[in-house]
Order: sequence, then C-alpha cells, then structure tokens
Amino acid sequence: MTIKEIFETMDYGPAPESDKEAMAWLADRGDFGLFIGGNWTEPGTLFDTVNPATGDTLARVTQATSDDIAAAVKAARDAQPGWARDHGRRARVLYALARLLQKHARMFAVLESLDSGKPIRESRDIDVPLAQRHFYHHAGYAQLMPTEMPDRAPLGVCGQVIPWNFPLLMLAWKIAPALAMGNTVVLKPAEWTPLTAMLFAQICGEAGVPPGVVNIVTGDGEVGEMIVGAKVDKIAFTGSTAVGRRIREATAGTGKALSLELGGKGPYIVFEDADIDSAVEGLVDAIWFNGGQVCCAGSRLLVQDGIAEVFHAKLRARMAQLRIGDPLDKCIDVGAIVHPEQLAHVRALVEANTDGTIFQTEAPEGCYYPPTLISDLDPASPLMQQEIFGPVLVSTTFRTPEEAVEIANNSRYGLAASVWSEDVNLALDVAPKLEAGIVWVNGTNMMDAAAPFGGIRESGFGREGGWEGLGGYTRAATRHSSPAAITPQEGTGTGDGIDRTSKLYIGGKQARPDGGYSRAVHGPEGALLGHASLANRKDLRNAVEAMNAARGWGGSSGHLRAQILYFIAENLSARAHEFASRLKDLTGKDGTEEVAAAVDRLFSAAAWADKYDGQVKGVPVRGVALAMKAPVGKIGILCPDAAPLLGLVSLMAPAIAMGNRVTLVASEAYPLVATDFFQVLDTSDVPGGVVNILTGAHADLAEPMARHLDLDAVWGLSGHAQLIEAASAQNLKRTWVGPFDPQVDTTKDLLAHATEVKTIWVPYGA
Amino acid sequence: MTISPTALPRNPGLPLDLDWVARAQANRSAIERRATTLPGRRSVKKDHQAAWLCKAISLIDLTTLAGDDTPARVRRLCAKARQPVSPDLLETLGMQGLTTGAVCVYHDMVPTAVEALKGTGIPVAAVSTGFPAGLSPFHLRIAEIGESVAAGAEEIDIVISRRHVLTGNWQALYDEMREMRAACGEAHVKAILATGELGTLRNVAKASLVCMMAGADFIKTSTGKESVNATLPVTLTMIRAIRDYHAATGLYVGYKPAGGISKAKDALVYLSMIKDELGDRWLQPDLFRFGASSLLGDIERQLEHHVTGSYSASWRHAMS
Repeated sequence: MTIKEIFETMDYGPAPESDKEAMAWLADRGDFGLFIGGNWTEPGTLFDTVNPATGDTLARVTQATSDDIAAAVKAARDAQPGWARDHGRRARVLYALARLLQKHARMFAVLESLDSGKPIRESRDIDVPLAQRHFYHHAGYAQLMPTEMPDRAPLGVCGQVIPWNFPLLMLAWKIAPALAMGNTVVLKPAEWTPLTAMLFAQICGEAGVPPGVVNIVTGDGEVGEMIVGAKVDKIAFTGSTAVGRRIREATAGTGKALSLELGGKGPYIVFEDADIDSAVEGLVDAIWFNGGQVCCAGSRLLVQDGIAEVFHAKLRARMAQLRIGDPLDKCIDVGAIVHPEQLAHVRALVEANTDGTIFQTEAPEGCYYPPTLISDLDPASPLMQQEIFGPVLVSTTFRTPEEAVEIANNSRYGLAASVWSEDVNLALDVAPKLEAGIVWVNGTNMMDAAAPFGGIRESGFGREGGWEGLGGYTRAATRHSSPAAITPQEGTGTGDGIDRTSKLYIGGKQARPDGGYSRAVHGPEGALLGHASLANRKDLRNAVEAMNAARGWGGSSGHLRAQILYFIAENLSARAHEFASRLKDLTGKDGTEEVAAAVDRLFSAAAWADKYDGQVKGVPVRGVALAMKAPVGKIGILCPDAAPLLGLVSLMAPAIAMGNRVTLVASEAYPLVATDFFQVLDTSDVPGGVVNILTGAHADLAEPMARHLDLDAVWGLSGHAQLIEAASAQNLKRTWVGPFDPQVDTTKDLLAHATEVKTIWVPYGA
Repeated sequence: MTISPTALPRNPGLPLDLDWVARAQANRSAIERRATTLPGRRSVKKDHQAAWLCKAISLIDLTTLAGDDTPARVRRLCAKARQPVSPDLLETLGMQGLTTGAVCVYHDMVPTAVEALKGTGIPVAAVSTGFPAGLSPFHLRIAEIGESVAAGAEEIDIVISRRHVLTGNWQALYDEMREMRAACGEAHVKAILATGELGTLRNVAKASLVCMMAGADFIKTSTGKESVNATLPVTLTMIRAIRDYHAATGLYVGYKPAGGISKAKDALVYLSMIKDELGDRWLQPDLFRFGASSLLGDIERQLEHHVTGSYSASWRHAMS
C-alpha cells in the first residue's frame, strides 16, 4: 500500500517487536537441563516447548526424574539454614534479582510472549514490571523480618508448582516471599511455558543467589506430583481446581503447609449509575486480558436491568475494535491461546452451550479464539458456573443490589469480583458482601506486591502479596506440640443421684442426639459421672443449619462481640468452683487454674474482637487497597482432650470474636465440662447458633465435618489430621490441624486462622 | 478503499435534555487508566506511521494567538499551512498537495489570513467571544462573531462561560451556545469548553453534551491559555460524549483538542484514540482538528527521518 492509500484508510499496519535477541539466546543455550544446586544438569529426556502463535518449537527442555527431584530437594535442604541466617544478605539478593529483571526486561517480555502467546503489550507493561515489583517489595520484607516478625521462622524447603498463564509473574509471586522469609525453593514452571523460568535461573547466578536456594526443574504433571510427594515443608500451587484437590489429598496428614491459588468465575457487576463506557472498557482488561486465561478474570458480567441493552450494545461495539493476532505485534489486544489443547477446551465448552445469545468477533487461523460474549444467560446455565479460561464472557442481568450480590455469590469459586458504580454508598456496601478474596471497585485485574491476592471457597486458600502473604512462608518461631489424645475412662461405678444425660447444644437449645445413643462417662477412679450424647452426622447437619440461621453474627460489631465474650467470662468466673470441681471429677486434677486460664482466654479474645484491624496498602494507584479481615464463616472444631475446658474455650473465643459461627465437638474423653458450659452460653447473650456444641466420637464426626460442603473450615485438634485434610479436598475448605497446646495462649495466631483477608481496591478521583 | 468524506449535515442541536445531562458519568480513575495504557496498546510503524503523520498534518488548525501577531507573521503562518512540508519530502511520500486543516487566528488577523489563503481551500478559523476568558459583555461577544464571519472566517471558535458549568446552570450554557451558534450563520462553530477550568471530568462530559444539544459543530478542549490544556483523559471524556450523541441522534459532531500537543508521537496516540473510540469517519478534517502551533515542526522532522533514515533537525524545515 502506498502512503497515500494508507492516508485514506488509516489502517494500523504491522508493528512487530523483534524476537531476534530472544531467539539468539535460545539458540545459544541449546537444550535446557535442570537448574539444581546452582548448576545446570546435562539435558535429559527432552520435550519441546512451542510458540503457540506459529507452532514452531522454541526450545527443548528436560523432563525431570525422581532422582532429579530428590537432588533438587537435597540441594534446597542443604542451602536453607545458611540462607535463613542472614536477612541482610537475602534483602540484597532479592534487590539484585529485581534489578536484573529490570535490566533484562525486554528479553523476559519477548520470551514470555513467544512461549505463552500473550500480547507483547501485556508481558512488557504488566507481567514483567509486576514481577520486578514483587522482588523489590519482598527485598524489603527480608530486611524487616527480624524486627517486624520476631516470632516467625522460615518453613524450610518449599515446593512450588506454577501455571502457564503468567509464567514469570507466578514465579515471582512464589519465589520472592519464600526467599525473603529464609526458605529455599524447588520450583516447577508449567510444561507449556518453561522458558522465562530458564532465563530467571540464569540470572540467579548473576544476582548472587547461593547455590541450592533456588532450584528450577521442568516437566509435566508427573514432575509436579513428585515435588508434592517429596520431603518438602510446603507446597505452593497455582493452577486448576482439579489439580489443587489432588494436591490436597496427596499432602493430607503429612504436615506440609499448603497454599492453593485455583480457579475462578469472577462476577463483574455494573450498576445503572456506573460510568458505562469505563465499565465496558474495564471488561477489555477483565476478560480479554491474556485471552481470558486468568483465574481472577471478570468472566461473569452482571448488568442492572435498566442499562442492560445499552451496555451490551456498547460492549459489542467495543469488542469489534479488539485486534486479535500475532502476540509480538505491539498493536494487538488479544494474542494466541497458550496451547491447542486449551483452545480445544474453550471451543468445546462454548460449542456445548445451548443457552443465551452468542456474539463473536473474528480470529485468525491457528491457535486463536475470537473474543466472545454469551448474553441472556441465567444463573442455572452451565457456562455461568463453569470456568472457561478463555476469551469468553457470559452475562446476565439483575434488579437490585441485593440480587446482584446473590447472583455474584452463587458460585463455587470466590477469587475476585468487580463492582462498578459512581455511588460510593452502593459500591462500598456491595464490595464487602461479595464472597471473594479480592474486590475491585470501578476497576479490574489490579494487582500489586503489597496487596494480598488469593481466594476463598474452591478458589483455594492462602494469600500472596503483602504482609499477609508472608504467613504462608513462615511458622511460629516457638513450636508447641499438641498434647496426645486421651482415651475415655472405662468404669463400672454407678451414679448416686438423679440420672443426668447431657444433650447436644444446637441453635441455642439443648437437643437430643438424632441417633438416640449416649455413652457413660466415668471419672479416673471409675465412678459414673453421667452420660454424654453421641452425636452423628445428622446432628452435625443440624448444627450447620443452626449456624446458617445465625449468619447475622458475622455482620455484628467487634464491640458487641467483645461484650458477649466478656459476659461469658463473667458467667464462667461466677461458676468457677463448680467447673473446677467438674474438671477434678473428670480428670482427677484440680481444675481451678484451668478455669482461671479459660476466663483469661475469653478476655484475650474479647480484647482482640475490635482490634484485629485490617490494613490500608500502599499500592501504586491513586486510591486505596483495603486488606480487610473477614470472618471465615462457619467453622467446625474438634477440641483436644488435654485441658478440656481451656481447649474448648481457647478455640471458641477467637473464632467467635472474629465473627465466625462455630460447631465444637467437645473432648471425647471429658465431654461433661463442655455440656456444663451450655448454661454459661445460655446466660451470656450468645445468639443461638453462634456456638453449637456436640459430644461424641471424633473419629465418626471428623470425616462428615471435613466433607460437609457448607462448612468453611475445620480445625482438627484431636488427631485425625490425615482424614480431615484428605476429606476436605472435596470443597477445599480451610483446615487447620495444629499444633495446638491449650496451655499456651496463642489467641493472636488463632485470629489469623479465624479470618480471611479480603482485599478491596478503591481507586478514586473527582 | 478510499473513504471520501462526504459532506455531513450540520448538527442542528436538540432541545436541552437535562435528564441526559444528569445521567452523564465520568470515572476519572478508569478514564485515566484507559488513557495511560493506550499508547502501549497502539503502535503504527514505518509507512503507516508516515501516512498517519501526514493525516495529522491535514488535521492541524495551524494557530497563532499571540498579542504580538502582525499581518506579516500571519502571512508566514498561512504560507506554512499551504506548504506544511517541504515539496521534495512530500513528493517522495507521494503526498503532494497536503495542507493543514485550517489556520486559526484572532479576529483582527482574519482578513490577512483570508487573503493569504485565497484559492487554497484552507479555511480560516477565528477565536471569538472574548477569547480566552469569555467575560466581555455578552452582546459584544455575539457581535464579535458576526464581524469575524463578515471578515471571511469560515469557522468560529467560541469560548463558553465556565461559570455556567461550575454553577450547574445548564440552561444558561445552552442558551448562550444556541445564540452563538445562530450568530455564526453558515460558519461552523467550535465550542471551547476550557476543560482545564471545569473542575471535574464529569463536568466536562455534561458541558460537552449541553454544547452539542445547543448545536455545536465541534467541541474543543481548550483555549491553549489555561494551565492545563488538552489531555488524553479529557479527550476520552469528550469523544465518548460525542459517541453517545451520535448514537442517540445520528448526528456527527467534531472534536478538537488544543494546547499542549507538540510531539508527533502524541498526535499518533490521539489519532488511535479517535479511531478506536469514535471510528475512522472522525479521522477527517470535517470532524477532527488538532489546535497546535509547534506540532507541525516535530512531524516534519519525523517525516524526514522516515524518508532518509537519518534523524532530522528543525532548521532544515521552513519555519512558520
């Protein structure tokens, strides 16, 4: 075309970013081995990594073997104590990594786009700068760890498995906090996108990362499984919910720490008073960013009825302007789908859909999928529920803010959400009601190293970024061990008064057990002290229903919850003698100190109830990112036997202080002190259903509890860790299995278990 | 394919629709995000860049609005408007005959400019209505329009009363604009909103709508005399208002950013924003102008670089 012709048509034309340097580096490096102990191994069994935009092989990388994984873990293990010793050195190394990422920014960006198919604009302007920022930010945490986190210690060796959608950025999110906190890592990049990790391994040497601190191994899912099964202290995984479940099962009962960043189906809510054009534009970054292959993508559009027609018309017009094609073209909005398999997956999901109205733009031949809008769907349509992980937006409408929240929360997932409204009252009312770890007000896909990122429900657990993210890479510096479970006392004695068979405490009332069974409880000398009900799974179900009915507790003020905790303490204290003597009867030991300690724990939790504050994060936008502490929800707690009253109170108090509702299963050996506690709760203004207490066999209740799909968390502190963690894989609820010693006041640590961090981004500007 | 800009009907305006004005929203953070990321999303290279830069020249209202303007100075400017790029460069580019979109001067300079541009088809625009503050007696502002039109100006750049926007007196703004439009007669009227003085982007959006309802042919950002002139966020706000107006009425209103656009690269970003948000039809001089004085010089240097492969110097290009 002549300049004169272009002058008339005003087309964009090609604007290619050169791949020359990146291809030269790949040619120079040849086949890749593994990066273990600071050295590259000889290349082993090789597989191709392919440019999805062209189908060309970019390089060949090694499929790691189990020996390789063992060697990598050993290298990491050997390097860890030395690495943990010097926080100043860690800070300098992380800073050097940030600088090197910056120096090689273009090479990383080009390599990333070649390997993953994402537009160069994204890898250049988003992925690589965010990765740099993560290392800079975490250099600071390394520096501050001794003064700001004196009671935390590194976990040890972390196995990290990352996905193909943000290969370098996810590497940064995994490696930076682990290293900052004194851990060493064995990381596996995704099979489809290993190349930026290879370049990163190369710069580790330049940055002065000691050998063994960072080990990078390549391969398919089998290699991931090997890492999960290896002798590591933590598994950090980002990827699909299906694989996350398998990892949860595989690590159950091993004592390995686990964080999972899984799928999502983010609601994108547009109210009628929103800046409609900006909300439409926001969708470009919500669902067509990285071709929608983003776990926190705004993939479920909810538009208020009154503006639905005009909004969708504007959206379709905007979609028509999207440019799809060569990822290395600087004028491209949507690049290639990462892999033909993923393309087939997206295509199959859309083709299987028979609901709604479909609108698609054009996509080139090859590994591309056109930006797609499927409107007029109902919440019942499968595509409103399933994660597509492609450039496909689904939409429906709503009538009221309440209905918007209801539809938004009608999902297994809970990663991210967007709310668009110019009304600050509306937006700030709706944002905290959304069941998601991240909420963007009038924005989307904002991320920063200082702002915690992570989900709830089946989107996984754990946070990355911010102070909150560091909890996933540290443990309490002082290790407490859980006291052993105690076998219930057998006996032949008979009671000498009126028969007392304790009931269960459900919904603020005493209830007979569904099964109609009870068990005799004997004192240490064999005397019959009474009978305790044996709860079964139906009683558990009833307790969960009672907790559902008490959902208002989560919205009550910290001040009110403190008042109630103080009142419980007051009433327990008033009956201290009675409880002390009950403890003596049950355990043979004087209970005076235990009761006093329980009262003290109630005071501790009451003290925290209105003081466990969230944070305002210093993120680089004009606005704030609020890291709020939200209650986990409904928690099932299996109480320990040692110190049966103190254990129960120590766990209950912080949980309800944070606004959770709990179902406690009392110590199996000493249930009667818990059943006596019913009356204390009754007289302390605790709303019915906030605290429920069951008695019975923990072995029978642990599994239904872990499998219950409407329980948000299980704390198993009477053993059964393997059972609980494995069974929890189904709905990916949070589990905590100790260690927990009731004799030590760990209220503050428990608050972290009792809360989810919810990051709410509020950009502003008149 | 050639888009021949067929003459569009003028915007006759609408009755003032205050509900529509009240509905207008502009979320500054989101608008800024779009504006900030656009240069990273759009890129034109090589021949396409040269063509786009030529297009930018054809859209320039080559402007002088200085207290020391003289007829000689204005004639010099007009000469530059007729021959914005050296003939040999234009010939190499195959763009012979390229001129700027218009010449923009104060009222007193209109006759000089009209004379200097006679036979070229390049229109003369006059800033008017007590430019830049717009605070002279209203009847004088209206009279000024008439005199400039009588002197041969084909385009009148009027300034609105910022106080009507700042006090939310949309009716007053509408009435004022209506009367100015009427005074222009056949001449096209560009409404300068002085966006740097309107306080918020929401005000910019509302003022844009009101001026279009009152019959503005163009809406224009700035006089060039405010401390903040044309910006990309303001542009996005105004062109989205134009888009909404078009969607509701089918009418075409033009857009003119003015002040502060001095680099070829900036001009390319503006053109992509127009292309992506409003569409190709708005990339013609009847619907888009740059109000600029130094932009042309930078574009000339970029064009020479395109042709020769060597970076250029300003003294190699004729001054205006």
